[in-house]
Amino acid sequence: MSIAAALGDSVAGVAAEPPRRRARRAHLVLLGPGVVYLVLFFVVPVGALLATSLYVPVPGGDVGEYQPAFHWQNYVDALAQFWPALLRSFWFAFLATLAALVIGYPMAYVIAVRARGRRLLQGLLLVLVVAPFFTSFILRTIAWKQILADDAFVVTALHVLHLLPADARLTATPFAVVSGLTYNFLPFMVLPIFAALERLDSRLLEAGADLYASPATTFRTVTWPLSLPGVVAGTLLVFIPAAGDYVNASLLGNNTNTTMIGQVIDARFFKVLDYPTAASLSVVLMVAILLLVGAYIRRSGTEDLL
Amino acid sequence: MTAVLDRAGESTSAHAPVRTPRRARRRLGDVIVPVFAALAFVYLLVPVAYTVVFSFNDAGKTNLVWQGFTLENWQNPCGAPQVCEAFANSLQVGVVSTIIATALGTLVAIALVRFRFRGRATTNLLIFLPMSTPEVVLGAALLAQFLTLRVPLGFGTVVAAHVLFCISFVVVTVKARVAGLDPALEEAAADLYASPWQAFWRVTFPLLVPGIAAAALLAFSLSFDDFIVTSFTSGSYTTFPKFVYVSATRGIPPQANVISSFMFVLALVIVVLVQVLGYARSKRLGAR
Repeated sequence: MSIAAALGDSVAGVAAEPPRRRARRAHLVLLGPGVVYLVLFFVVPVGALLATSLYVPVPGGDVGEYQPAFHWQNYVDALAQFWPALLRSFWFAFLATLAALVIGYPMAYVIAVRARGRRLLQGLLLVLVVAPFFTSFILRTIAWKQILADDAFVVTALHVLHLLPADARLTATPFAVVSGLTYNFLPFMVLPIFAALERLDSRLLEAGADLYASPATTFRTVTWPLSLPGVVAGTLLVFIPAAGDYVNASLLGNNTNTTMIGQVIDARFFKVLDYPTAASLSVVLMVAILLLVGAYIRRSGTEDLL
Repeated sequence: MTAVLDRAGESTSAHAPVRTPRRARRRLGDVIVPVFAALAFVYLLVPVAYTVVFSFNDAGKTNLVWQGFTLENWQNPCGAPQVCEAFANSLQVGVVSTIIATALGTLVAIALVRFRFRGRATTNLLIFLPMSTPEVVLGAALLAQFLTLRVPLGFGTVVAAHVLFCISFVVVTVKARVAGLDPALEEAAADLYASPWQAFWRVTFPLLVPGIAAAALLAFSLSFDDFIVTSFTSGSYTTFPKFVYVSATRGIPPQANVISSFMFVLALVIVVLVQVLGYARSKRLGAR
């Protein structure tokens, strides 16, 4: 009851004083459950993660038994051992983001601009973009593995065309991992760019052409800048999950030069029961991503994205 | 597909029957961009097609090589051990998490758009942070918490985790819808002597329904397909993605492809239906 009352107050009582005071309590009622949930299951767990990252093994205890401490050395040890995987994760995520942008932008452009005014066609193409979400992420990744497999069509064709050396393969390579990441997160790139391009006024493009701008110039000076909020959102939605992903690396990669930080965190937690190292790597990953995202949003001038 | 895209290209150039060199250059772009986009669609859809095709594979236990066409997997989708159990678990987790996340997220979205209050920026940050945290960190944090508190892992912990990563997406989706609402509509309701309660349920809420439905669908698909957070918070509880991942090493039964293809077709039908209904509705409104 109070929710509706609150809403009504906010609408009806814009100027009146007494309802406003009630409205002040009302937002707490609306926010309360969600915010409490996020505090209990996000803020507190991140605190637990920070605490765990400083734990030390119980002297003489079993494997996986730790006690609270302030052992900052955990971070030094974890980074000294696993910095290559951390750097590689960011590098792979960067490559996948770039590839998704190159592949996804023309898709978004065709749907938003070329198919403009044809609602049914636009709807159909959008359905095709989100279609992969309707099949299992893991199954699609395994399908990739099969498609890139040594005796499958793609590799055979590349061998016949001499585009790939006879002894080279695509599975268990960095290429396979990056292409899997690109593939899996591509729709996250297309959708925000589509949303930005859809709002683009066609008359601006016509104006560009009327002013003797070449299509390339019109694109560079009109279309691209106006689609930038979508590009920023898309790159973030691809980069963040790609940097922490371990499914692609473990299904499509090998154990030497494709190990990503997510795999390390997973293995430390579940195989080695080395919680402090896993937790400190998680904290490093989270902080690094937040710093990168913050700098990126600030630099691209799209703070209002938040 | 290419035909469809070509037609889209034609429509743009149809506006300009005059051919100047500039137009000729534009026409080249008209061809290249749609062709590139069509190839990108192929890239996007080949693994999906692969998954569907292999649901008809006459494979024994390992569904890796094409053995021949059969309908047997579809006639007996629960034929492989544990497949349907995992599927049912995923449905349960998905439905419960979606309901909780949609309810909590919708309330937060309404508050964020309709009220100016102290701590609004902090709330926005609190919504944004889980979205910009990789799943592996969310999973690790929740597991650290559950281990510290000695909470037994299972259905409850999985739902708790799924609600967490769904809430933010619900808030963002519903927020856009609330922001697009004209406050004049509620004022009109108030002018017509509707109580705030009536105004909310008879005016605001029906207008929010499409946004809330979209948010719920998004939340369900995120939950249903989640693997990473689930693998950290589930213990021995198995969901469908987890079942597929775990059986990947010893061979995924074709029944997994059947279930995945079935969900794919179901979702496709729902989305196409919504699209067509919306299209028909806009036609009807346009005709008036």
